[in-house]
Amino acid sequence: MARLSPATRARAEAIVACYPKRRSALIPLCHLAQAQDGFLTEEAMEDIAGLLGCTPAEVRGTASFYDMLHTEPVGRHVVTVCTNIACMLAGAYEVLDHAEALFGISVGQTTADGEFTLEEAECLAGCDHAPCVQVNSRFFGPVDPDGLDALAEDLRAGHLRETVPAHGILSRVERNVGLPAREARSRGGAGRQPRPSEAPGTVAR
Amino acid sequence: MITTPPRIVTSRVGLPDSFTLERYLATGGYAGLRQALSMAPADVAAEVNKASLLGRGGAGFPAGRKWSMLRKAATTYLVVNGDESEPATFKDHMLIENDPHQIIEGTAIAAYATGVEQAFIYCRGEFALGLERLVQACNEAYAYGAVGADVLGSGYALDIVIHPGAGAYICGEETALLESLEGKRGFPRIKPPYFPAAVGLYGEPTVVNNVETVSSLPWIVLHGGDAFAALGEGSSTGTRLFALSGRVEHPGWFEIEMGKTTFRDLIYDPSLGGGIAGGMPLRAFIPGGVSSPWFGPEQLDLELNQEAVGKAGSMLGSGSVVVMDSDTCPVRAAWRIARFFNRESCGQCTPCREGSGWIEKIMHRLENGLGREEDIALVLDACDNISPGLNWPPQQTTICVFGPSIPASIVSVAKMFPDDLLVHVEEGGCPFPADAVRRG
Repeated sequence: MARLSPATRARAEAIVACYPKRRSALIPLCHLAQAQDGFLTEEAMEDIAGLLGCTPAEVRGTASFYDMLHTEPVGRHVVTVCTNIACMLAGAYEVLDHAEALFGISVGQTTADGEFTLEEAECLAGCDHAPCVQVNSRFFGPVDPDGLDALAEDLRAGHLRETVPAHGILSRVERNVGLPAREARSRGGAGRQPRPSEAPGTVAR
Repeated sequence: MITTPPRIVTSRVGLPDSFTLERYLATGGYAGLRQALSMAPADVAAEVNKASLLGRGGAGFPAGRKWSMLRKAATTYLVVNGDESEPATFKDHMLIENDPHQIIEGTAIAAYATGVEQAFIYCRGEFALGLERLVQACNEAYAYGAVGADVLGSGYALDIVIHPGAGAYICGEETALLESLEGKRGFPRIKPPYFPAAVGLYGEPTVVNNVETVSSLPWIVLHGGDAFAALGEGSSTGTRLFALSGRVEHPGWFEIEMGKTTFRDLIYDPSLGGGIAGGMPLRAFIPGGVSSPWFGPEQLDLELNQEAVGKAGSMLGSGSVVVMDSDTCPVRAAWRIARFFNRESCGQCTPCREGSGWIEKIMHRLENGLGREEDIALVLDACDNISPGLNWPPQQTTICVFGPSIPASIVSVAKMFPDDLLVHVEEGGCPFPADAVRRG
């Protein structure tokens, strides 16, 4: 399974160059690996560690702290139902119960066909559209049980490919500029040569 | 009283292309930055001081004073906190999606005023659309020359990096945010040092400002600090975004003049909340995010004023108001809030990590009719272990203020609705109607 492809690796290098210290690019690189494979593979975490000058364990240890980073495979559509206070008051648990019945799975599980993973989220900051649901980090709401049926059908049929990219693709817009300001100053920021201790590929495995 | 102040941060919201450079420039965009660049950095900071702009992230610390605390050093940083995660708070999310250029411009103004040449905008990972719009805006700002080697021809150099989070409430805490930006787990740092202005990102002096705070800067620079300070009441100056949710007719965000409008106006006025959904009576409301103690109907006439709400025993916090009607079970609401704290505790400090789990479990069994009368004292004792005395503002036994925020809702229920707690025990279940999706 999936090493970082040459294209992903090139994009990763460009992201690393934006930061004064390589390790800062850890979360953006994890998102990038998820965009490639839908989740973080062992090999991708090794590649990220190499790019950042840290150990694969440090990548996993950090990634496992964050809800959006998955170290196990997930479905093509990760459906996240918010049940925090504002959504709960708007009936979110009814929506979540309905989702479990609809997909035939419990929270945290993936359907056998690999189409849907169901998650229960803390507040997604969509409380003016409660109860709110995200699919691959794209917002829907307010969603009632009938609305969830329709949404699942549309996703299954591929009608929402424009608005809901495959899981892991966070920003479809990429930074298209380097760091001209810092390069112009060349005062030892991201544009500088990495120190040996930070250089990629120096980590003992 | 409902006033009609200028729309300081939401002037473009509602325009279908509000997030584009074209629309931004057509509506006065980057004029504030131009104005700032024609002034000395210290004079820009002086205007913000005059404005008495209080940070809009939740703590309400004066932005100007935060800037003045920045330790002099060869390398300094500015980090804009867009990791909005406080339950029922959705104002920064709205600003990020609708007016990303205003955030970039505000960031540039703050960076110029503080002499910073490298800024980061940390955007909550779950805001995929917001991230796309921020990155797009950043690309456009570089191409336009508002960011980069020579900002608008002034000779001032600034780089901005849009940094995505990955889902962790605690990263909104500013030292956890910096850890996360360094590529680590979002563990809040041990204090002292208390302020990133002394020791921040990579150990260098760092200013951390909220998205709404920096979004106010273009207007302040263009109209002057005095014009901003003329709005509002006392130390609560200017306008502020309030996020209203729960059992109201019109949940949403509202830009309101500070200190003038009351909670009653916010919840009931037809131009704002429009009253309780279905015309039910009000049971309680949360005045400033789930870390704040609750208010009842008797506090409805309090003004939306940081000082006044503080004196009344709670806080305006993140500016999010959650309305509970007479059908809302306060025990269930407090349980769900406890569950949130338990799920989001970073796990560093024992009182918070273990206490939040205890509290969630006890509240869960009380809500579901499996509790005993002594559980009420037990849950309060668990709260007391996190925040001794259960006072407001709370005592702290943990590295950050997350832990001491846990008891607020539990103590509120115990104080305001002791009979409801007892009924759950006596009747062996929840006497309130189950919350359900509102139809029609």
